[in-house]
Amino acid sequence: MIYRESGQFRTTYNQDTQIFPLRQDRFAMIALLAVGLVVIPLVASDYWLKALLIPWLIFSLVALGQNILTGYAGQLSLGSAGFMAVGAFACYNFMLRIDGMPFLVALVLSGISAAVVGMAFGLPSLRIRGLYLAVATLAAQFFIVWALDKFGWFKNFDPSGVITAQPMIILGNVFDTAQEKYLIVAVVVGVLALLAKNMARGSTGRAWMAVRDMDVAAEVMGLPLVRTKLLAFAISSFYCGVGGALFAFAYLGTVEPSAFTIDLSFRILFMIIIGGIGTILGSFLGAAFILLLPILLSVVFHLIFGNAISASVISSVELIIFGVLIIAFLIYEPHGMARMWQIVKEKLRLWPFPH
Amino acid sequence: MRMNLSISKTLRGLIAATVVAATALIPTVSFAQAKEQYFGIPSYRVGPFAAGGTGFFGGIIDYLQYVNMKEGGVRGVKLTWAECETEYNAARGVECYQRLLKKGNQQMHIFEPLATPIAYGVLNRVDDDKVILTQYGYGRSDAADGTVFPWVFATMTSYWSQASGIMNWMSTKEGGIANMKGKKIAHLHLDSAFGREPLPVLRRLAKDWGFELIEIPVASPGIEQQAQWLRIRQERADWVILWGFGAGMNSTAITSAARINFPREKMVGVWWAGSEEDVIPAGEAAKGYFAAANVPNGKNFPLVQDIEKVVYGAGKGNLSDPKRIGSIYWNRGVTAGIFWVEAMRNGQVFANKRGQVLNGDEMRAGFEGLNLTPARLKELGIEGMLPSFRLTCRDHEGSGQIKMIQWDGTKWNSVTPDWISSDKKMVRAMVEESAAKYAAEQRIIPRVCPA
Amino acid sequence: MGFQFFLEVLVTGLLSGVMYSLVALGFVLIYKASGVFNFAQGAMVFFAALTFVGIMELGAPFWLALPLTIGVMVLLGMATERFVLRPLVNQHEITLLMATIGLTFVIEGTAQLVWGVEVRRLDLGIKDVPLKWLADNTGMFISQIDIFAAVVAAILVSILSLVFSRTKVGRALRAVADDHAAALSIGIPLKRIWALVWAIAGVVALVAGMLWGARSGVQFALVFVALKALPVLIIGGFTSVPGVIVAGLIVGATEKLAEVYIGPMVGGGIESWFPYVLAILFLLVRPEGLFGEKIIRRV
Repeated sequence: MIYRESGQFRTTYNQDTQIFPLRQDRFAMIALLAVGLVVIPLVASDYWLKALLIPWLIFSLVALGQNILTGYAGQLSLGSAGFMAVGAFACYNFMLRIDGMPFLVALVLSGISAAVVGMAFGLPSLRIRGLYLAVATLAAQFFIVWALDKFGWFKNFDPSGVITAQPMIILGNVFDTAQEKYLIVAVVVGVLALLAKNMARGSTGRAWMAVRDMDVAAEVMGLPLVRTKLLAFAISSFYCGVGGALFAFAYLGTVEPSAFTIDLSFRILFMIIIGGIGTILGSFLGAAFILLLPILLSVVFHLIFGNAISASVISSVELIIFGVLIIAFLIYEPHGMARMWQIVKEKLRLWPFPH
Repeated sequence: MRMNLSISKTLRGLIAATVVAATALIPTVSFAQAKEQYFGIPSYRVGPFAAGGTGFFGGIIDYLQYVNMKEGGVRGVKLTWAECETEYNAARGVECYQRLLKKGNQQMHIFEPLATPIAYGVLNRVDDDKVILTQYGYGRSDAADGTVFPWVFATMTSYWSQASGIMNWMSTKEGGIANMKGKKIAHLHLDSAFGREPLPVLRRLAKDWGFELIEIPVASPGIEQQAQWLRIRQERADWVILWGFGAGMNSTAITSAARINFPREKMVGVWWAGSEEDVIPAGEAAKGYFAAANVPNGKNFPLVQDIEKVVYGAGKGNLSDPKRIGSIYWNRGVTAGIFWVEAMRNGQVFANKRGQVLNGDEMRAGFEGLNLTPARLKELGIEGMLPSFRLTCRDHEGSGQIKMIQWDGTKWNSVTPDWISSDKKMVRAMVEESAAKYAAEQRIIPRVCPA
Repeated sequence: MGFQFFLEVLVTGLLSGVMYSLVALGFVLIYKASGVFNFAQGAMVFFAALTFVGIMELGAPFWLALPLTIGVMVLLGMATERFVLRPLVNQHEITLLMATIGLTFVIEGTAQLVWGVEVRRLDLGIKDVPLKWLADNTGMFISQIDIFAAVVAAILVSILSLVFSRTKVGRALRAVADDHAAALSIGIPLKRIWALVWAIAGVVALVAGMLWGARSGVQFALVFVALKALPVLIIGGFTSVPGVIVAGLIVGATEKLAEVYIGPMVGGGIESWFPYVLAILFLLVRPEGLFGEKIIRRV
């Protein structure tokens, strides 16, 4: 009843190709943006902003990148943390070595650097498929982290080996409070998500999905396989790179290779699997789930048991529950939370009638 | 085999319910009593370093518990704490920092993550939040300069001091600095920032004393070191400094040394490579291995025995295995707790707030006023467990001294009755130079300390 | 750097490679029989070793602890098949991979919960010291445990190869790996076969865990040996048991030689990525690994 589209007519091609053809969807999106960009910075506590919302947005961005590569283009990759590292270090170096470099330009350049590296490591995908490709991308992960750690030039020969990110300065204003950092991240992620949505809906996305479903057939039909696959790697790495730069600048405040471990790569893959592989919304939902779940478990356990049970026990149980939930999700809803949301919307169309 | 929609709905409902419930709970509201000083403990109790973590954080908690039980807190102010699992991970650590920061209307003022990545992650938050970041024997060595790092401490022996101390001890074993000329010292280290920390000091000493430094990195996690040890044998190194982390790397280093018949008596480990957990898996091979220690092991300190009696006697001990009382990590944790409580004691006196809760500035004043004289050490019952030292506004490190311990197959024994000093002048000069560079880069104006 | 040193590095590398093969063997078994890439193999190695040492600490002697641990691993295998694999029949291979990663967390958490987080010593009765007569005669230091491990691995691989190629059970396993549905249709009891395979993989994990544990102590870092086994799998092919040994030897030898000879030029520590880059190079030439089955794709 709420979600009925009756009475909404689309009379021009422009209207037909909107992202949100239904009025309700448009309202919802505008409301979401209003809440996200206006209400939350005014209302949310520092803890919420610094520890939950900012990392959620950043990981959503990286999950978007991973989704483009694995969800849309079907290339299983485990190197996303490595590309994040490239982005983070590139941003640091651009801002360090070029005087007066604006932060947003550095962000874009760091994304491009990550894209170049991504394309280089994406070359094997032209010959290797499936699980083999996944393990091959691990090579990217290990090599990148080793190289960034080993060659002091990347860290400006800092003796401690961990470099502090410069403050983010846009048009002369320093963005260093939690609210300001949140706004930068929210805007960047919003813009890039919009771009990703449009790419996925357009011919680029269709080419990727064709490659994902059956690349030999796609090639036979005339799709330039090399260009499509490498573009997927490039764009995915761009997103991961920008995400990594934001991770270092807007969240951690330091740039160090050891923050970008293979564990992080796996978590990003989890995000898109649980969120919904091959969807934009899924990246956001999955990132929220993976990010919040350990915290949730931790808080719940401390509330229930307090100091009664040894903290080591609680930590181990958190780990077990995390694994069990992942398996349960894969069993009961393999298409992820995005599919669950779709079902909700379908139900909303008919509500309050059952069918 | 798709499950039908109803099961998805149940799962969906369950998840929605828990999310809603939890979002209301996450900023855990817990009303602290009026006279309680709250501490946040970012511990790690799972993962590859959990063995050390449970010992260290267990030691801190045991000491806090002891002070509460024996003296009713500090002048009547009870000590409370909350833990948060960081898994030795930078992102988790930062989240824990934010979560532990406030509890009700209380704020934590000391943060000791025992992890370099986490320490760095919160480095630029502590100034604004007025939280003392202690790096107990790790992290940035240049944090010893309190003018550039007003809220960061490197108590009580930074990596540079430790490297210098180890080399000083080594030179005594060789019969003097002059005899170090021409020797080959291999620095076997974890291929990370941590492993490369002592290099500035080692390289400098190599130049000054005339020995050859062979830098041999080991890729994480370091459970395979054949190539590295073959190289050590090839180069005919005289000494090996083991700068490793994690029982995997450390015990593997010792067993690999045994495989090529490299004498363990010529191996010296950094304090991260000098705990029981590091050598037990190596078994027989670890006999004779030396390590540096900030805090020696042992139960023959009056405080340790008292904690065992009072806290464990009442069944409130934090360690799941009481046999670990007196181990390296646990002792170290106890001394960390001692620093916190002494800071509180001092802070209350300096701010004239005896018996009241302290804020950040007052706690820092107390920490900077740490003055552990030999008499005070005896009072606390830890004579011989810590060197006597004091902190100042400018000196955030303290003594920079270490003890040398040696593994005899079943336990560690101190082989130096006194504390071994570092080359304070050289290390301090390096510290100030590095801190100045950091200040210039970050556009920090160093504060002025009273002379 | 003489020839003898080179030989020593080579032999050491080959023996290290054997240790990697032992871990990779578990992966291959499961993939060969059920098409699942079991990422939890590293956690299983850790869990098996920990259970073994834990049972011995509780007082059981060696000859009792061993079958008890085997029993535990068999139970683990059966539970995995029942609760993780059966509901996920016919799902995409990425989904199954993710499920095994979830399984990794469960196993790691359970291991630490049940047995605690302290590091433990594993004593197999063989000292980890160089073989004396070899050292005296040739000046090469090769550890006794390494040689023992090589022998054990050789025996294990031979037995498994024979089982797969000569026995009825082996044929059933290969049929299941080829096509689940077809195997079901001709009456092969799928669930039992899978439970069997996971149990065998669990036993292999135990052997690997015991040998690695004897070398490096039983502690959490053991789960990372799985990461060392992945390049072995790629080079050897996911489905070949003898291929695992050959690939292991290749990976072990090249890794050590590279670290010793090329490492110092670039600052060392290249062991972390060198086997992976090597694997990529192999894949570019043979996309299914040296001994893997050729992938035929129908369009």
